[in-house]
Amino acid sequence: MTAHSSPRAATASRWFRPGRMLAWVLLVVSATAAILPLYWMATGSLKRQSDAMKTPPEWFPQEPTLANYKKLFGGEEGQAWSGRRPALRWLVNSLLVASTIAISAVLTSALAGYALGKLRFRGRALVFWLVVATMMLPRQVSLIPLYLLVVKFDWMDSYPGMIAPYLCFPFGIFLVRQFMMQLPDELLAAARIDGAGPWRVFWHIVLPMSRPALGAVAIFSFMGAWNEYLWQLIVTNRPEMYTLPVGVSKLVSTLTAFDLGLAMAGATVAFVPMLAVFVLFQRYFVQGVSVGALKG
Amino acid sequence: MSSVASSAMKSPQRISGWLFLLPAGIPFAAFVVWPLVHGVALSFFDVQLRGTEFIGWENYRRLLDDETFWSAVKNTCKFVLLVVPIVWGLSLGISALVYPMGRFARAFFRFAFYVPVVAGGVCLAMVWMWIFNGQYGLLNYLTGELLGVEADWLGRTDTALPSLAAVVVTWSLGQPIIIFLAALGGIPPELHEAARIDGAGAIRRFWHVTLPLLRPASLFVLVTQTIGVFQVFVVILLLTVNGGPANATRTVVYGMYETAFTPMYDFDYAAAQGSLLLVALGTIAVVQFRLLGRQTTMD
Repeated sequence: MTAHSSPRAATASRWFRPGRMLAWVLLVVSATAAILPLYWMATGSLKRQSDAMKTPPEWFPQEPTLANYKKLFGGEEGQAWSGRRPALRWLVNSLLVASTIAISAVLTSALAGYALGKLRFRGRALVFWLVVATMMLPRQVSLIPLYLLVVKFDWMDSYPGMIAPYLCFPFGIFLVRQFMMQLPDELLAAARIDGAGPWRVFWHIVLPMSRPALGAVAIFSFMGAWNEYLWQLIVTNRPEMYTLPVGVSKLVSTLTAFDLGLAMAGATVAFVPMLAVFVLFQRYFVQGVSVGALKG
Repeated sequence: MSSVASSAMKSPQRISGWLFLLPAGIPFAAFVVWPLVHGVALSFFDVQLRGTEFIGWENYRRLLDDETFWSAVKNTCKFVLLVVPIVWGLSLGISALVYPMGRFARAFFRFAFYVPVVAGGVCLAMVWMWIFNGQYGLLNYLTGELLGVEADWLGRTDTALPSLAAVVVTWSLGQPIIIFLAALGGIPPELHEAARIDGAGAIRRFWHVTLPLLRPASLFVLVTQTIGVFQVFVVILLLTVNGGPANATRTVVYGMYETAFTPMYDFDYAAAQGSLLLVALGTIAVVQFRLLGRQTTMD
């Protein structure tokens, strides 16, 4: 009994050292700064304007109301979006754009990752180098040429214009390639001796084993597309074509007064679907983030 | 005999390799590689409605004298120098603190710090807009109650950029923490045990055992964070008025956006700014890999 209590006392005293205390303060402050804005957003969306502007602030909404959501989805007389329910349209746009991009990213990354990870052909190293280089470079640099391209194709305010630049996902190719490289070559060689061509090896052996990597690609491309802002801001002018982030940001800039509740309701609607995806597929997020770092 | 067999095996791969690349290759060439090349090329032309004219380095000469551009460069560097070391230090410290606390605590804090990454810049910028509000914002209420300080944080030239940098830090910790927690899990416990037996205290063990082994993870975090912070845009567009006050928060990417897509529509001049950003980021990535990668290339 006493033999157990003495190391426990030692650890207890360690908790109260100044260094430890400082570390704990930092941990709690950073976690609060990370989470509190989201709490403030969700609860703010349930407040009336007068309650939202109270000082001291209402930490918990005293009289929660869904009025902001009704306004967001139902429209209001005299507003630019009245009667057309654009928030619902923004949600549909976001879902459509993000899922198309995610499906395309998974397909193209699976095929290209297999070629770069498991097939031998001339030019492979060069292609892989190009993929890594473009993965590191900022997308913003290609913004202007992409815009000119979209104007030329007459793709402004259209789904092709919103989707096309993201059909291929260089990080996804990298991730799948790193994953597939680790699969044992013996397995593939055995199948090849049995007469299976590269396609059958890919379809029957490599693809089923690569599910974790493909899950990570699906999620990262979906999240990237869901939260993409600058590009969608540039290619959409008509409110019906906005995605959620663009539409939500315009809620503020087009109104003269800052309608806090409405803005927070919009932000919440943009956040909740992505949160659901994150909670359901958290495992893949962790895998995907670490693959790039530890195997690169 | 074996060379015949291997060449017979390789020849279908030579063709099928490119066939497998094709579906990704077409959008990759058209929407990733070509725009990059075209972007650099554009910076050497004068793009007008009546036609395009080659003007050589003229746009870059113009950039040399452009004070707004150079203040944007300075601000971008300030953002990087503020955000990247803080994110690195905080995420490393948090991971080192949370890792020994067990599986549940690790999962909890990983979740807590990654949720803002999932929420994205726009949602969070909207909330911060409210938090920063001078009359009814949470920030001034809290700083007033706790520290007795109230200020127009985003309205003063000396506090605007650090405030935005702090906001960016709050939503940048998720990815580094996941990486550091995974890397800490990869350190063999025997190493710590050996150092403990040799009489090394917790701090010395962290410094001499943990930190060197986290070098690859640190490198990755530093490179990705630097690239990320260089692209800071949403907070500038949504939380400031045109990179104000007095251009104190204008960044290169914001300046590029303004040059090309507000009524200036000066595409080639914006392309020149983008090309410089490209060169700067490429150089920084290479230098960071060289500096920190020296001892990691062995494995």
